[in-house]
Amino acid sequence: MTENIQSRKAVWRKGVQDGIPIGLGYFAVSFAFGIMAKDAGMTVFQAGLISFTNLTSAGQFAAIGLITGGATYAEMALTQLIINLRYCLMSCALSQKWDPKVPFFHRLIVAHSVTDEVFGVSILRDGYLNPWYNYGVMSMSIPGWVGGTVIGALCGAILPDSLTSALGIAIYGMFLAIVLPPAKKDRATAAVVIGAMVFSTVFQMTPVLKEVSSGFQIIIITLLVAGVAAVIKPVEKKEGAEA
Amino acid sequence: MSGNIYIYMFVMAGVTYLIRVLPLTLIRKQIDNQFIQSFLYYVPYATLSAMTFPAILTSTASVIAATCGFVAAVILAWKDKGLVTVAAVACVTVFIVERFV
Repeated sequence: MTENIQSRKAVWRKGVQDGIPIGLGYFAVSFAFGIMAKDAGMTVFQAGLISFTNLTSAGQFAAIGLITGGATYAEMALTQLIINLRYCLMSCALSQKWDPKVPFFHRLIVAHSVTDEVFGVSILRDGYLNPWYNYGVMSMSIPGWVGGTVIGALCGAILPDSLTSALGIAIYGMFLAIVLPPAKKDRATAAVVIGAMVFSTVFQMTPVLKEVSSGFQIIIITLLVAGVAAVIKPVEKKEGAEA
Repeated sequence: MSGNIYIYMFVMAGVTYLIRVLPLTLIRKQIDNQFIQSFLYYVPYATLSAMTFPAILTSTASVIAATCGFVAAVILAWKDKGLVTVAAVACVTVFIVERFV
């Protein structure tokens, strides 16, 4: 049993380590969210509470527009559903990495923090996913996201535009650092990365397609590119936990 | 604002949590189907890539600076640098280039 607790701690620490860059990246992005929320008339507490309960960048940015525009609750629900539906795909993938012996309630907690980046680091772990790894990541990512929001709402106006502009690219730099190293090792993965980027560019430049909401664009591209790749180059079955 | 901010929050958070928690709690078995396994393997790469490009080019005040940041990030990520390094160098590149454009 003591050994078990020790390995938990080690796994948790690894999660914290991997969570540091995520927390920093989140801080930069949610800082911008905090400024926008404040400008839209929310209090610092409200902005922070949205970040803590949602943990999602695109969904929250869209929500500010909806709230200030006086959208109905149904519109809000539908928009969040479309923008965030990609998390559904990610949770499906994570369910396949889940150790059947881990108690059920861990699923309820880990689910709350399924974001693009947290998913990115947890799906690439070897073997079954240990929830304590996710708790380690969460103990960095959640304070980063909520803290950035609160500080952005408190003092965003003080920061020079040149700094906030440069911070805008942080999250995309992180995405590239997640997808490129595996793409280098496997040609099918590389094709998926490039294919998704090409399609997403086509979507942005084609008259009718670019009217499709960004969240929905991502779902369509993901279904298409990952689907085609799965047909052309199925991944070999691995023992145990690999998805 | 015409609606109640806390009801908006509840709706947002509720929908977003359900999207995340339902697959993770309902799918309790390993999926044997090779197509689904392969599909789920490729999902993160497709999603993150689609989100990154071309959005990265308009993520800062200047497209030229963002393009330089993008190139810097690609080079470093290709060399297996960590998440923080890649993100930080992209930001610094944008900051410097924006001084000149």
